[in-house]
Parts: sequence; C-alpha cells; structure tokens
Amino acid sequence: MFTSLWHRTFSHGVHPPEEKATTAALPIRRMPFSPRIVVPLSQHFGAAAKALVHKGQELVRGEPIAAADGFMSVPMHAPVTGIVEGVELTPSARGPKTEAIIIRSHLAASQQVMYEGDLDWQQATPEELIWQIQQSGMVGLGGAGFPSHVKLKIPAEYTVDTLVVNGCECEPYLTTDHRLMLERSDDLLLGIRIAMRISGAKRAIIGVEDNKMDAVAALRQTIGNDKTISVGVVRSKYPQGAEKLLLKVLTGREVPSGGFPFQVGVVVNNVATLALIGNLLPRRRGLIERIITIAGPGVKKPGNYLIPLGTPIRFALEHAGYFGDASRLILGGPMMGNTAASLDVPITKPVSALLVFDKAAKASEAQPISPCIYCGRCLDACPVHLNPAHLGRLAAKRQYATMANEFHLNDCFECGSCSYVCPANIPLVQYFRIAKSINRERAR
Amino acid sequence: MKQVTLLESGSLLADGRQPAAPYLHAPATIAVMMRWVMLALIPATLLGFYQFGWPAILLFLVTVGSALLAEAVALALAGKPLRLTLQDGSALLCGWLLALTLPPWAPWWIGVLGAFLAIIVAKQVFGGIGQNLFNPAMVARVALLISFPLEMTLFTAPQPLFSATAPDFLQSLGITFAGASVDAYTGATLLGHLKTELARGVAVSELLPQGVSWWQFGMGAESGSLGETSALLLLLGGLLLLYKRIISWVIPLALLVGVTLPALLAYLLDAERFLSPLTHLLSGGVMLTAFFIATDPVTSPVTRRGQILFAFGCGLLLWIIRTFAGYPEGAAFAVLLMNAFTPLIDHYLKPRIYGRDRHGEPLRYAAGGEP
Repeated sequence: MFTSLWHRTFSHGVHPPEEKATTAALPIRRMPFSPRIVVPLSQHFGAAAKALVHKGQELVRGEPIAAADGFMSVPMHAPVTGIVEGVELTPSARGPKTEAIIIRSHLAASQQVMYEGDLDWQQATPEELIWQIQQSGMVGLGGAGFPSHVKLKIPAEYTVDTLVVNGCECEPYLTTDHRLMLERSDDLLLGIRIAMRISGAKRAIIGVEDNKMDAVAALRQTIGNDKTISVGVVRSKYPQGAEKLLLKVLTGREVPSGGFPFQVGVVVNNVATLALIGNLLPRRRGLIERIITIAGPGVKKPGNYLIPLGTPIRFALEHAGYFGDASRLILGGPMMGNTAASLDVPITKPVSALLVFDKAAKASEAQPISPCIYCGRCLDACPVHLNPAHLGRLAAKRQYATMANEFHLNDCFECGSCSYVCPANIPLVQYFRIAKSINRERAR
Repeated sequence: MKQVTLLESGSLLADGRQPAAPYLHAPATIAVMMRWVMLALIPATLLGFYQFGWPAILLFLVTVGSALLAEAVALALAGKPLRLTLQDGSALLCGWLLALTLPPWAPWWIGVLGAFLAIIVAKQVFGGIGQNLFNPAMVARVALLISFPLEMTLFTAPQPLFSATAPDFLQSLGITFAGASVDAYTGATLLGHLKTELARGVAVSELLPQGVSWWQFGMGAESGSLGETSALLLLLGGLLLLYKRIISWVIPLALLVGVTLPALLAYLLDAERFLSPLTHLLSGGVMLTAFFIATDPVTSPVTRRGQILFAFGCGLLLWIIRTFAGYPEGAAFAVLLMNAFTPLIDHYLKPRIYGRDRHGEPLRYAAGGEP
C-alpha cells in the first residue's frame, strides 16, 4: 500500500516489505485449547509470580494460579479449566529453563470463566484502578512485557497531560493490532478512558500508520464527538511504533536520553494492552488469552488467532499448518523478534506473533559479511541518529566502553534498522546487544 | 506426524547462522550496488567504444583486466580469500572508472600502471575495500597525469568504429600495444583548447565550436576521455542509480550546484572571459564525477550535511581549478582534495541524537510540567 508524504513521521527509518495483506483481511479466529498448557511464572519484566497451586489441584478457567511478588510483578490466571500436573522447570523461549505451572486441560469442560466481579471504573480511585490492573495480570502486549500498572503509575512529581495510544504496528507481517482496532474498538475506547482516568491525561491520541486507514475510520466512528480522544495518522515506516518516536511525532515532545515519557507529560500504551484493560477491568477478570498473528510463507492457514496463554508453540503450529520446507520460526516480528530454543515453549503474554519462513525467505537473510564501506546507509536508517557504522567498527575492536561513553550506545533501542539496510551484511544491532550486555556485566 | 520430525530436527529453531533479529534484509548488498553502477556506466562506455574504436576497447580491457589481476595479487599476498572480494565487483568497477577517464588511445602501459596504482597503492595498501581515504581511480588518474603529462593529454578526435578514417583492428593493436604514432588523429579537448586560447586573451565567443548543437555536444561529438564525452548518457546512467536508490541525490546535486553557482556568477560578470555554466556541465568529467566518482561510499562523508558540504566543495574546487589553475580539467584533483577532508567533515558534522542536545548532553525539562 502507498504511504502518503503528507502524513507525519520521524526522520530516518526503513521500509521493509509489509507482508500484511493476507492476515489483515481475516477476522480474528479462536484457537482450540491445547491438551497441555504451560504457564511460566516469569512472562514479564520484573519479579516472577509466586505459584498458588499444587500438583493435582483442579482449576477453573480464569482462576488466579500465581500471585504477584511485589509491585514490580503481576499474577497469573488459569488459561483453561483443568488439573495441575505440576510446577516444574520447563524450557523458555530464550533457552534457560524457568519455573512454570503445567496444566492438563479438561477438553470437555465448558471453559466458562467463573472468576469475575464488577467494577464501576468511573467511581473507583486511580489507586484502586492501578491495583485492579495489577490483579488482572496485564503487561505491555506490544513486546516488552512491562507490567501495565507500573507504567500507568506516574511518579508524584510529574503530571501527565497526554495519553499516546500506540496502534502503529510497524513490524512486517503483524496485523493483530489492526484487526483489534477494527473488531474491538469499543473495548479499546473504554481502556483509553480508564487509562486517562488513572494517569490524569486530559487527551488521548491514537497513533495509527496510514496503511490501516480502515482502522482509522472505524476508530473515528467509535470515538464520535468525544473531543478528548483523537486519531493521529502517521506515515507507514519502521520503527514508527517505537514509543519515544511516536510520541514525538504526535506531540512534538522529545524524551530526554535515558528518561521516560512521563518526564514530558506523556504516557504511552499499546492498543492491544488498552483494549484488554477495557475488556477485563470492568469484570475484574485476569489475562488468560491474547491475539497473535500466525503468518509467513511457511504457514498454511495464516491469520490472527485468539490463543490461550500457555499454548505450546507446537500445538499452535500444527493447528495453523506449515509446509515441508518451513525452515525458520520467529516469536514476534521479523525485525525485533526472537527464535525459539524449543517447540515446547509456550505462547506467553508478550508474544505477538509466530512467523514461519520457508527456505527461500531464510536464504535471503544469510549472506556472507563483507567489510564496512562506510556508505552511511545505517546512519540514514537509525531513528535515534546514532552512527551505527562507527559503533560497528568500535565493536569489532571490542571498545565497548567507548561505544557507550562517547558514542551513546545506550540510546540504541535495538530496532535493527541498521542491520536491515547494511549492504555489507554486518550484523550491527547484534553487535550492539552484545556490547550492551558486556557493559552491564562490567558495571556489576 | 512426519512434519513434527522435521521440526524436531531443529531446522526451525535457532541455528547460530542468524542468531538474532532482524530476520529480514534489504535487497541491496555491496555486490548488487556495484552491479547497478556498472550497468549505469554501460551506455556512456559503449558510446566511447564507438567513437574511439578499437584502441579504446583494447585500453579498456587492459585496464579492467589489470585491476582484477592487481586485486587478486594483493589479496593473495595478504592471505585473504579471493573469491568473496573479487565477486563484490569493486575492483572491476575501479578499473572501469579509471579506464573511462583515460585518453582513449593511450598506450597499454598507462592502463596497466594506472590499475596497479589504483588497486595496490590507493586501495589495498590502506587495507582493502572500505579502508581507503582517497578514491582509488582518481589517485591513479592524478598520478598518471603528473608522471606522464604527454601520454595523458594526447587526445584524439572521434574516429567512429568502422568509419573510413578509423584505424582497423591491426592498426589499433599497433596504437595500443606497439606505440604507433597517433599524431594524425589528435585533437584537443574543448576544455584544453579553451584553456590555451583564453590564456592568450582570445574571447570565449570566438572559441566555442561553431555548427555543433548542444545536443550533439552533450552526446559526445568532441574529443575527450574514453567515457567522459557524453554528458547526457552519463546523466542517464546517474538517473538510473537515483531511481534504483543505489546513490542518493545529495552528492550529485550538491556537486552540480557547486559547479554551476560560481560558473554562473563569473559568466554574468564577464561572458567573454568565463565559460557558461552549461559548457562546464556538459564538458570534461563533471557528470562522471557527480554521479559515479564523488558518490563512492567509501571516500565520501556519511551524514547528509557532510555529503552536501563535500560535494559542493568538489564542484567549487573543480570550477576553480578549471578556471584559474594550470590544468584544463580539475575533477580528479577536486575529489582528492575533498576526500582528504572527509574524516574531518564526519567528525564535526554529527547529527543531533534523539533525546540529546547538539553537544551530546541529555535534554533537560523542568520536572512535572510542560516541556
């Protein structure tokens, strides 16, 4: 789809092929329950939850099964009616085993959510709402997995006047937010109003890329004549959905290096997060399922699936089907996602997509690395205006401290635009991740 | 469940080749970029072949072949893998560009020596692709021009291939390889002619070629370097590179402005002593330099502002050298001089980083309020 030059955008960035057409046109479908559900206790940024259940315990869908361990933590809820097989160490997507609650599903059960209540959010205080969001187990569904209640709790010395709602979905292939804005705009609007009440924001701006004009129309219709909520159309470009870039485009404000959006009076939330808050909070429900895109050239039935959290990847892949030459599996988008260490790892709260590439797609990514020719394409791509070419040369010389101290390595948020454009195929952002983690180790 | 077995083989999982995101890559690689540049050079090169006949073709082949040989020798001496580097096309392109700037009937050893100067002295000695400070083809051209002023300024008037006056293949072998005299064919370049005559105080209006339209001139009706005579075909190739986004518009435009602006001012001051901007743009190496030489990624600055400064400087110096210095053409000198400034430009013209001020300090806002 064509992007219009008159829509606002940040400077620099890249234009990877969008590959969204197939799944963007399909309504969200429900994925059946897997016979085995795996709920890791750490699916979010912060302290792991503490298990509340024991082996052999019968569970009803929606029931709390793990409690938050402090403020920087969230509880877990049973994604399925079933029986606890155990609380065991299981493989995680990144490799090391982590503790998880294993549930054997009662496939014949009605799967009705029994655990719910009522909450009059308009009467509740912001503190009550923050507490209830934490009880719902909500985390940022855009990929970071940062607990939502922490993000909405603004430090007392700051005031927030604007809620920026991130509906950019700039990663190729992903269309969950697009479908959600089309199908669940009521939930989203309710979530926005709740978040505005909590944060004290006087206005909300929903940032949507101009490749989703049908979603823009749907949102504008749902908003009606509420003057406090508006839709800001931005140009389709990667990484438009990076929160600090989006808030600058929509509000003109720039978050100081190393700082947070609330320092400039803004709080940013993803549309998927807010739509679920709008859906769960008034009924005091917990987060037990999410929408993911299953797509890529290796998938037989691509689409957006409403999937119970804890569904093993293997089950999801078998349900969607894949071709024999499937050769690459990615959790999340192709620009910032991860490979999986095992097919037994489950879908967790921050996983937005399962992408399967075939041999042809994989072949295009594996190229021999040549020396840097200092062409400057990475500088034209970097949305933060760093010099990835120079950082890459420093990384090759292992001058990690210089990278951070003199060339602002820590301002890099690892969008991967530099690696994407590099004609020498230098894995720049991969170098930067390593450099950062070594610097962190040394700082200890 | 046969498919699961395939999955179990681990081929879907992390396999170390591409351990981390991004899993997509833009189609342009160095080899692809080089191929497009060569494709864009083909029209002007073919016209050069046609105009200057077999000697030009022989010189081209000798120069390009020597460049590849030099690259292979240097890589072998350095113990680096041959195939990967030779395949990227950079040595081929370097030899190609050098050949286009040579007098078309120059003897074979000019091509060989130039190619070795470019590849060994200007590129591999610095550490190979990406490491050189100066544009290799321009280093070679300037070294040849200073060392062999006679051979490097002996231009021939166009002798179209298969025309009555053109040397046949055997004669051509004699010209290129055996030092056969070419005196009967020589003709000064426009810029060379103008330089000599303007120095004698002759007015421009009496010097410009009569009966040659700008179109013919732009298509290469004059004597000149092997591939520089047709400004329009070079412009066409340059536009192809812009369209395919192999180069950005910044350097060509800034360079052309850098030539045009001073040329226009001088022309308006005294049209009898200074050449018109159009004459400047259509003659000599301006188009080749603007689209194919100054755009060399290795030796030009990395930031947009830096590229503007660099290319404008190239254009301005080119005009100054042509107008006031001893040489009729200044493209190679201008590029080399600006190449020397590239590291300095990159050091001082850094973009402002998001969330930081111009000095690299984090932005400051009063806590709790509007920014």
